[in-house]
Amino acid sequence: MDTLLNPPGFLAKKRARLLGIDCSLPILCLLVAIAMLAIALVLPLYSLLSKSLEDRHGQFVGLANFRAYVADPSLMHSITNSLWVASLTTLIVVSLALMTAFALTRSRMPGRGLLKVLVMGPIFAPSLLPAISMVYLFGNQGVLKDLLMGHSIYGPIGIVVSMSFWCFPHAVMILCTALENSDARLYESARALRTSPLRAFMTVTLPSIKYGLISAAFVVFTLAITDFGAPKVIGGQYNVLATDIYKQVIGLQNFQMGSVVSVILLLPAVLAFAVDRWVQRRQVALLTARAEPLRVKPHRARDWSLLLLCTPVAVVILGVLGMAVYASLVTFWPYNLDLSFNNYRFDLMDGGGWGAYFNSLQMAGWTAVIGTLVIFANAYLVEKVPGLGPLRTLVHLMAMVPLAVPGMVLGLSYIFFFNEPGNPLNGIYGTLAILVLCTIAHYYTVCHLTLVTALKQIDGEFEAVSASLKVPFYVTCWRVTLPVCLPALLEVALYLFVNALNTVSAVVFLYSSQTALASVAVLNMDDAGDIAPAAAMGVVLMLTCIGVKGLHWGLSRLLLGRSQCWRQARA
Amino acid sequence: MNLKKLFYKLAAAGALAAAGALAAAVQANAATELTVYTAFEAEDLKRYAGEFENANPDIKVNWVRDSTGIVTAKLLAEKSNPQADVVWGLAATSLLVLKGEGMLQPYAPAGLEALSPKFRDADAVPSWIGLDAWVAGICVNTVEAEKLGLPMPSSWEDLTKPVYRGHLIMPNPNSSGTGFLDVSSWLQMFGEEKGWDYMDRLHTNISRYTHSGSKPCKLTATGETPIGISFAYQGAKLKKKGAPLELVFPREGMGWDMEAAAIVKGTDKLDAAKKLLDFAASRKANEMYNQGYAVVAIPGVAQPVEFYPENPESLMIDNDFVWAAGNRDAILTEWQRRYDSKSEAK
Repeated sequence: MDTLLNPPGFLAKKRARLLGIDCSLPILCLLVAIAMLAIALVLPLYSLLSKSLEDRHGQFVGLANFRAYVADPSLMHSITNSLWVASLTTLIVVSLALMTAFALTRSRMPGRGLLKVLVMGPIFAPSLLPAISMVYLFGNQGVLKDLLMGHSIYGPIGIVVSMSFWCFPHAVMILCTALENSDARLYESARALRTSPLRAFMTVTLPSIKYGLISAAFVVFTLAITDFGAPKVIGGQYNVLATDIYKQVIGLQNFQMGSVVSVILLLPAVLAFAVDRWVQRRQVALLTARAEPLRVKPHRARDWSLLLLCTPVAVVILGVLGMAVYASLVTFWPYNLDLSFNNYRFDLMDGGGWGAYFNSLQMAGWTAVIGTLVIFANAYLVEKVPGLGPLRTLVHLMAMVPLAVPGMVLGLSYIFFFNEPGNPLNGIYGTLAILVLCTIAHYYTVCHLTLVTALKQIDGEFEAVSASLKVPFYVTCWRVTLPVCLPALLEVALYLFVNALNTVSAVVFLYSSQTALASVAVLNMDDAGDIAPAAAMGVVLMLTCIGVKGLHWGLSRLLLGRSQCWRQARA
Repeated sequence: MNLKKLFYKLAAAGALAAAGALAAAVQANAATELTVYTAFEAEDLKRYAGEFENANPDIKVNWVRDSTGIVTAKLLAEKSNPQADVVWGLAATSLLVLKGEGMLQPYAPAGLEALSPKFRDADAVPSWIGLDAWVAGICVNTVEAEKLGLPMPSSWEDLTKPVYRGHLIMPNPNSSGTGFLDVSSWLQMFGEEKGWDYMDRLHTNISRYTHSGSKPCKLTATGETPIGISFAYQGAKLKKKGAPLELVFPREGMGWDMEAAAIVKGTDKLDAAKKLLDFAASRKANEMYNQGYAVVAIPGVAQPVEFYPENPESLMIDNDFVWAAGNRDAILTEWQRRYDSKSEAK
């Protein structure tokens, strides 16, 4: 019908006229988005990174700090270490995540619901928890120590294993979104042409999720290269860039060298962005207006072999998390294995006790609500509003930055920026608001990518048609786009909540006496030597997240039942 | 129109958040509340604040606690607009850095003359005062040592014997204050050349360096390593909890650092801050520190503490803090060059 209503020339004229009517609002929205990202991200980072070109007294010294960095062999060595660990982690995580996501979305494997809950397990707890668990499992007193055949868990092995564990859900989340929206007609054609399942996978499935696959790889790579929790707990002698920042800033109070390392860590993000742009140009919308939702039919051989492959994944996740729960209940590892709740008496320990837990809940709630709305609005502007190319690219570029910024760098830069006496936003320093802002900025990228992936799979024709019907873009957004994206939106809200509850590295510099957080308490208790209470607090956070996940599940069912019935193919 | 609703909701959410922040700010101004940055052990905080508030009912202490490195980094980062009123319980080495940055307000607390000269800034009006000393110590796990057939060490020199190869853990001086006090004390005790030679030999026995100073002893307590070079306070605490630990105080002498207190320059609650420093230097406070620390600032106050040697002060080296602070960068660079590059090769 579109050819009937919109012959090419007619359409172009229509577009131009619509642009004339509609243009000021999108521009305003985009400018607001840019201002927000600038305040939450770019300006603070600038205030820290500019230090890489200064000496200790704030004098400009050009590239002297970088020369000092290159001259130091131990610092240079960290670069190769970081690249190696991050690449290996990426390879492991993306292949396992692809398999798992495929099993979750494209099969009728028994126990899918259970697996879906389980794979989210690792992000239900602070990243320190798997590392702590690794110590209990594979440390010198570990129960499975012999599996390492004499190798030490302290070092690259420990880092890669803990990191893979912790990054896994992030990749699964992106790949599931990519796999969820697909056009059944392509598979029907493949079947009609008697294409083998393998060939169908290679020629239909893989190309359709290429964008998600590459996103997932870069998300995992940058997460792995910037995380400092796992290398700190279990890295032993293996120096990586993230722990170098820690050493420079916390150990030596050398902010200048710390910001040099931060600049080097930003390079992967720049690369990620370049690749992302390149792939995006080639991505074709999958969910056209005429798409038929894919209905997965049972297939014995496929379903059972996937079950066989996914069982070890489930067992590992259960084992690692289960070990943490067990360790939190043991009175004094490994010499007194009586079980007790002694480690849960947080008021005797570091970090603010149960008060900190309720602060965390409040912080996570705000982050989820405000974060989801803001990020969706921005992603929509980037993806769906016509014209304004350079501004949209700018928003997208800014949205990619947080992923590459180690939490510690973000936290420190917030101090420099927001605590500047001349800053009008000085008032939010030391409040819950700065924690919320920092957390949204810290986890912005994955949410943005998830929503962009979801939006990208909705055909631009929806916008074109509504534009030709003189429906303003925000009405289309509210009536069509938002409901279609609802599953992704709910995922993002959950993701933000869970990460806000568990984040450590960024907020460790920003909490005040009134806003102590439970996740920071985990770090402090671990540092102070109370490793079992640290595990216990981690378990409390994990149980909270599981509860919220349950809530999310119920809510999804309720909302999706009403807004997503179109996904159920007409029988 | 539906979008309008959404906008209203957004605006309402923003306003709510702002109101919440405002409420928190107003609440904070209700009484004289001091923001105190500290690296004291968490379990001591309630007791210390309670004692102070009993003596000064009109002042309330709000703790911001973190490890030494994070508190120091935070103070330095906030330099242009300090948030802390007082620092109570941070390593003297860190306070020397802050003093060098001109961030401390000199003040002579009541009872200053009672403090041992070691435990105060040498200036006539000191920028900081010492509270108590924490000393280096070696933790040995008796169960694991027996399993591995390791003899009990009694000196720093013993630790370089081949029998201990791969069984030692110590803190990395680049990220841990305890690690730095070990290194600086060896250099002061043995002299520079012999000190580095000692560390070369020690390095061959060390399985890994940790980021935190208390961790080696903690790892010893759980049997992750048979021997950890750490500090005595942590060892005594774990031993009390029932860990199979023996604390060794090497006969050559022990490095130490002190916990110290200072007023942050520019605080708008100077009177309350002075009262806190008066209290921190008082005899009552010294008795309070003594519950965990065997050596405190006022001579003659300290009672022996369980698991510490009879007279710990005699084992403490004559630590030259100014020398250590002045040479810190050079020492750490040299340490990093010798032991930190390619160190995963083991």
